[in-house]
Amino acid sequence: MARRATPEVNAGSMADIAFLLLIFFLVTTTIEKDKGIARQLPPNDEVTDPPIIKQKNLFVVNVNKNDQLLVEEKLMELKDLRQAAIEFLDNGGAPAGSPERCNHCKGKRLPESSDNPDKAVISVQNHRLTSYKMYISVQNELVAAYNFLRNRESQRLYGWEFTAMKKDLGEGNYHGNIEALETKLQNIQGLFPLKLSEAEPKKSGQ
Amino acid sequence: MSKFTKKKSGELPAVNTASLPDIVFMLLFFFMVVTVLRNNNLLVKNELPKADQVEKLKKDRSVYIFAGKPSARYQDKYGKEGKIQIGDKYTDVSNLKSALTEARAKLLPELQDKVMVALKVDKETKTGLVTDIKQELRDLNMLKLIYITAPGTEIGN
Repeated sequence: MARRATPEVNAGSMADIAFLLLIFFLVTTTIEKDKGIARQLPPNDEVTDPPIIKQKNLFVVNVNKNDQLLVEEKLMELKDLRQAAIEFLDNGGAPAGSPERCNHCKGKRLPESSDNPDKAVISVQNHRLTSYKMYISVQNELVAAYNFLRNRESQRLYGWEFTAMKKDLGEGNYHGNIEALETKLQNIQGLFPLKLSEAEPKKSGQ
Repeated sequence: MSKFTKKKSGELPAVNTASLPDIVFMLLFFFMVVTVLRNNNLLVKNELPKADQVEKLKKDRSVYIFAGKPSARYQDKYGKEGKIQIGDKYTDVSNLKSALTEARAKLLPELQDKVMVALKVDKETKTGLVTDIKQELRDLNMLKLIYITAPGTEIGN
């Protein structure tokens, strides 16, 4: 007789057990969505005398209840909004030599568009019946316009993109001097400050 | 040559499934790591809009607000108009303040004044409801908010 083998444990049902567990976890858990567009709301105090903004420094985006876009009194497709916003913010129309001259702008310097990014305000007006999907898309495009310009400046000054910088800092992947990085972020934000105003939405019939 | 004659003819060898459990366990661990247990019982439809210019939410200091039309099984009772959900129950715009104050009180004390409101709103909702929520948030002086979105972009589809 040959050498007696040790009896093997039957592992045939191991796979079944593992599958059961797997299916249990698939059903009871979700992949959590934890990313989004962050925003700071304006405080609720009554402003006694609101600053007067020149018409040329204002970029009006109107969304109606059928989710159509009216940008600076012209009908526009959503895909063109980002470029239009970039052109407006980057215009730098203040004449050369004036203190408001924007030196880092690379726009067309049209006198009828914004003076400098610090003065340029984007105003979004929604109808109450606009869909949330459209609202988020518009916000996304406008934030994308700011991010594009900030990335450009950040790349020029520090050789590192603004969004990448922010992401690394937020996720704790940056191990250098955190304060210095925060100063850099603030510098870039100062070059293109986010000035998005949201008007109270209009009710129907107004 | 006896090696070859040993083989029984005509019988297919069984496929070795010994590594199947290993594969399945690997899948299992993957899902255990990347997912979280569902802790909110959603009463509203919650299909988030897509966006790609996103930032990460700080979970330890956030209060969730869900909004959208009631889920299919609650539509008989609550209709199809957009509703707000905080915690496990529906909330009215008028009750929003007390519900939010309550939710904020559950956070760690040192983080309560850095609270961030995470809005999970269904993409079919009307913006009017979101505006009402924002107005209440301004009254409460909870000014930081984040619109939670799904990855991707809405342009082109």
